[in-house]
Amino acid sequence: MTPTGTDKSPLTDERPPKPRPAPIPDHDSAPYWTALHEGKLLVQKCQDCGEFQLYPRDRCLACRGPVAFVEASGRGTIYSFTVIRQNYARPFRDWIPYVVALVELEEGPRLMTNLIDCDPEVLQVGDAVEARFEAVSEEAGIALFTPVG
Amino acid sequence: MSVSKGRRAVIVGVATSDYPKLPEMSEHAVHGQAADRALADGGLTMKDVDGFASTGFFPMYATGVAEYLGLHPTYYDETNAGGASFEVLAEHAAYAIESGAAEVVLITYGSIQLSQMGRRLGTGGGGGAGFAPGPAIYDALWGNTLVGSYALAARRHMHQYGTTPEQLASVAVTMRTHAATNPQAQEREPITVEDVVSSRLVADPLHKLDCCVISDGGGACVMTTAERAADLGATPIYILGAAHSTTHHMNISAMPDLTVSPAAQCGPLAFARAGITPAEIDVAELYDSFTITVVLTVEDLGFCAKGEGGAFVENGGLGLGGHLPTNTDGGGLSACHPGMRGMFLIVEAVRQLRGQGGATQVPDARIAVAHGTGGMLSTGATLILGKEEP
Repeated sequence: MTPTGTDKSPLTDERPPKPRPAPIPDHDSAPYWTALHEGKLLVQKCQDCGEFQLYPRDRCLACRGPVAFVEASGRGTIYSFTVIRQNYARPFRDWIPYVVALVELEEGPRLMTNLIDCDPEVLQVGDAVEARFEAVSEEAGIALFTPVG
Repeated sequence: MSVSKGRRAVIVGVATSDYPKLPEMSEHAVHGQAADRALADGGLTMKDVDGFASTGFFPMYATGVAEYLGLHPTYYDETNAGGASFEVLAEHAAYAIESGAAEVVLITYGSIQLSQMGRRLGTGGGGGAGFAPGPAIYDALWGNTLVGSYALAARRHMHQYGTTPEQLASVAVTMRTHAATNPQAQEREPITVEDVVSSRLVADPLHKLDCCVISDGGGACVMTTAERAADLGATPIYILGAAHSTTHHMNISAMPDLTVSPAAQCGPLAFARAGITPAEIDVAELYDSFTITVVLTVEDLGFCAKGEGGAFVENGGLGLGGHLPTNTDGGGLSACHPGMRGMFLIVEAVRQLRGQGGATQVPDARIAVAHGTGGMLSTGATLILGKEEP
């Protein structure tokens, strides 16, 4: 699944399409990417102060307490978005135009994503969105979002 | 810092290199040309320099430029804050001079971005996921671009405060008006609000003319003590106050509030250190990577309330005779933007305070602010400069 987009980049390119970039999990992020591969969106919850956070870190941003991963609802709202109409880097140029958004999850943390299966012309800040999962390597997945309701 | 009057840090020399297109020059030669001119402007030579600062995009950059220039400095600095770097380097140099760690600090910038890379980097590129070390991966997977990050901020500001594309456009229109009087400016043809909003969208809601130009060029400034400036017979420009701050690096998803830039922290700090208020500023040189950058900056520095930046900048609010004459050389939007424009802000602020502003001279300008913004609204650095001894 790729983001909404039919227009082609102004550059001609005979090479085969490049796949979506995949993250390389590290000590902090491995549980996050692995869960996404299994269709689950995780956020971190501080075991001391109860704050939620993303992206995954070794300790709590608010109090430096220990954190644990918990499953998020996968629902949120659009905090902001843009329609990218110029990007020469592969594979993104093949997607143009596509939507980059910051989604605020129900649990509070914000993340960057692409909005898919949507009409970029009618999107509004504050619209409700829901996660859709895609595996991007043998070990990692990502969460894309789509408008709901 | 408590410091004797004689050791007060001052700027005695400034210069820009040739710009905006330098296909015949190396990046280091641009540094050198600007350095020679700034030293001559201050009545100094390379032999007087004991401190050197510059920055670029690989480690030990400043030591490399020092080598090229034949300098063996005992103070050096290459703090990289993107577009805000040169305000930070000048602040650091002031501390070094006032503490006695350096006597004459040369700060240089040079770039041949336009000749090297064409028009890709600033408005369309920077969107690859190839270079995303560590946590930078979180925003690198989605094809966001540099323009896209500022577009996200613009969209959020519009949503929260009703800011319009036409208000953003008016920033670009005013910068072009100033550029029209700058014979070196890259774009000098007058434009209208309608021209801006009807130019091609690069990343909604930002149009092509909401984005800075991409140029070759550089600049330099020379700082020393007030006492040395008096010996040289130079016209000193005082560093009245300075501060810098950061909220995030490459992940704009980590920015706490997309409508509040780092200027909201370092601006008030710099004004407090200078002991003045925004109302006392006569002329402003504000980083204008994109039109939204200026709207956020005028709010965050305290020239208007949060959310009122759109109304502040429209109808020539940033023009000569407006609320806040800004970017009197035409700014990055029209005159020159080689990648890290912060040095140009310092040079133009000093020229205004010396009365060398030419057709865009602000009458009797006594106090100026230069504010750099770097990365994806990641860094901010404020310098408050004055022509009179504080």
